Amino acid sequence: MNLDLRIPMGLMFTLVGVILTLYGWATRGSALYARADNVDVNLGWGVVLLVFGVSTFLMGRRAERKLRSQPRKSTPVTAGNRRGH
Amino acid sequence: MAQLSRTLFRAIEDSHLFGHTQLTAIDWLIMLLYFAFVLGIGFALKRYMKTSKDFFQAGRALPAWICGLAFMSANLGAQEVIGMGASGAKYGIATSHFYWIGAIPAMVFVGIFMMPFYYGSKARSVPEFLRLRFDEKTRALNACSFAVMTVFSSGISMYAMARLIQTLHIFDGLFVALGLPLGWIFHFSMLLSAVIVLGYIFLGGLTSAIYNEVLQFALIIAGFLPLVLIGLHNVGGISGLRAALPTAYMHSWRGMEHASTNPLGVDAFGLAMGLGFVLSFGYWCTDFLVIQTAMATDTQENARRVPLIAAIPKMFFPFLVIVPGLLAIAATTPHNVTTQTVVNGTIVRETQVVSKAEAEGRGLVPAKTDPITGKIVLDASGKPELDYDLAIPSMLLHYFPSGLLGLGLTALLASFMSGMAGNVTAFNTVWTYDIYQSYLHKGASDQHYLKMGRWATVGGILLSMVTAYAATGFNNIMDTLQLVFSFVNAPLFATFLLGMFWKRTTGNGAFTGLIAGTAAAMAHHGLTLPIEAHPGLHGGWIAVLHTYPSDMAQNFWTAIWAFSANFVVAIVVSLFGTPKPESELVGLVHSLTPKTVSAERIWWKRPEALGALLIVMVVALNLIFR
Repeated sequence: MNLDLRIPMGLMFTLVGVILTLYGWATRGSALYARADNVDVNLGWGVVLLVFGVSTFLMGRRAERKLRSQPRKSTPVTAGNRRGH
Repeated sequence: MAQLSRTLFRAIEDSHLFGHTQLTAIDWLIMLLYFAFVLGIGFALKRYMKTSKDFFQAGRALPAWICGLAFMSANLGAQEVIGMGASGAKYGIATSHFYWIGAIPAMVFVGIFMMPFYYGSKARSVPEFLRLRFDEKTRALNACSFAVMTVFSSGISMYAMARLIQTLHIFDGLFVALGLPLGWIFHFSMLLSAVIVLGYIFLGGLTSAIYNEVLQFALIIAGFLPLVLIGLHNVGGISGLRAALPTAYMHSWRGMEHASTNPLGVDAFGLAMGLGFVLSFGYWCTDFLVIQTAMATDTQENARRVPLIAAIPKMFFPFLVIVPGLLAIAATTPHNVTTQTVVNGTIVRETQVVSKAEAEGRGLVPAKTDPITGKIVLDASGKPELDYDLAIPSMLLHYFPSGLLGLGLTALLASFMSGMAGNVTAFNTVWTYDIYQSYLHKGASDQHYLKMGRWATVGGILLSMVTAYAATGFNNIMDTLQLVFSFVNAPLFATFLLGMFWKRTTGNGAFTGLIAGTAAAMAHHGLTLPIEAHPGLHGGWIAVLHTYPSDMAQNFWTAIWAFSANFVVAIVVSLFGTPKPESELVGLVHSLTPKTVSAERIWWKRPEALGALLIVMVVALNLIFR
């Protein structure tokens, strides 16, 4: 397909992850987290989203590179696929 | 599910809570990032939209996993998310029936048995399939009712989103800072969602809608998983949750032998037939809103996999959307707290004031307040009535610090918008192919239809806005229309079932069956009433011949009657007519279509194996939480 969704999606979660991680690092241990049982939730979840975002992005990039290096294959036709009205 | 979300609007409108939502720059940043990315994806896709097939059918070229996730999240609008949380708070784990009984079997069925006909027939939409299988009038009936319904549903999403933004005071700070009147927030929210959804559909068509549904799926997990984890941590883990709730909350099948012994007010037969068969098969197997995502994939084999892939996350979603409702009930009810600190030698006392509705509620679910008097609404026994629809929003505001709060609210906004987008793309396709191309302007160039599709998007959004504004003026319009559509939808599955599996079904049979089914649904609703309801919108507007223990039971039985009437009438009328010649039905009817041979050599990768595995898993989940 034209645009691999994993690239923009990975990028978005990477950025959200970075924002949450940095903010979470700067505010760790503060009274902000009293509502969340004093767990540094922004920092922890920020790192999780960062890892998710980067790996999704890299998967998308790898697939795109692979697609570019290969000649276009025709779509496989399964039995019954061409039958119609 | 529409039933569940029906009360949402009024509940949200009436609420006087959440006066202190303070969004910080971090929350805004996350929200803006999301808006930038959805529009960015639209712009990136624009150059690939060369033909009408690219625009309306995503070129039939998307990978199965993307379509699978979109198939699932097309149904995961914010009304569903909030409604499921509300229902979780009200009924407990029994709400999972909407997922395990009310979705998985139908998703397996559409993938294994029905998708070969939808995809293989080369129909571009569900109404077009009806024309190929039956005749023009059946298609016209389905296309017109469906087009109106999509516009209306998208209007509901828009309205509910604007109301929620208003209730949670999300934009208040911004408006105050800019010196704008707070009364404009509703209009601003409507305009914002309209412009963004219009932007990305106009540019990228169905591909844009599908990509955004996947993005929304990821956002819902990113926003709600920490909510479940923090909530569980707060109540002392699963054992703490169990201890804090009545035992019935943690079981889905207890007391199901009889309608009067379980909170849903439904017996096992009504549940299995009404929800598990008629309503769920009617939705997942015939609604073009979800079917369009499966038809966007690249091969027939993958189109069959799409609903099956979707069923995997669907099965586990109760843990993400229903459990927050349980946690909201289990949490400690907030009270006024006074903290005393010494600053520079002076004693400073700070009191955190909790609204009366919150203090009178149960757990984090606030009590209902009367919109006019502002007083707490009491039930017949004098206890405060709970406002379950606010379970999820109050969980988000209670547990999330700024940062995560921005993420959670973005997830909610994303599901409102992707709910709109799915409806708008279904509308522009059915309008362009099934109404415009078929009856208004035949034989134009492909470029003409592509252009029409883009403008139909604009028209669809404008009509949605009109619907949303109509709802602000006349609250009953929403309820009434939703009711009328439930009558139209209830019998649909019988038509498809007979069409695909009985070659004798005729066009006249299908058409009269649909009319008879809708009439039966109306009659049943008009003659029955849920207990303790007044005749009118809840039923009994003809006469009250029977009362049901709950409106859910009435809803399920309306569907059962509609389906049966359609089924019987379609068979009788078909037997009196001449069926289409068999040669015209190849690829459309099961017995006349050569069996689909899976190209997959490894047996466990075949759709049938995946389908069987899903059924085993769903049985296991029901046994675990029985």
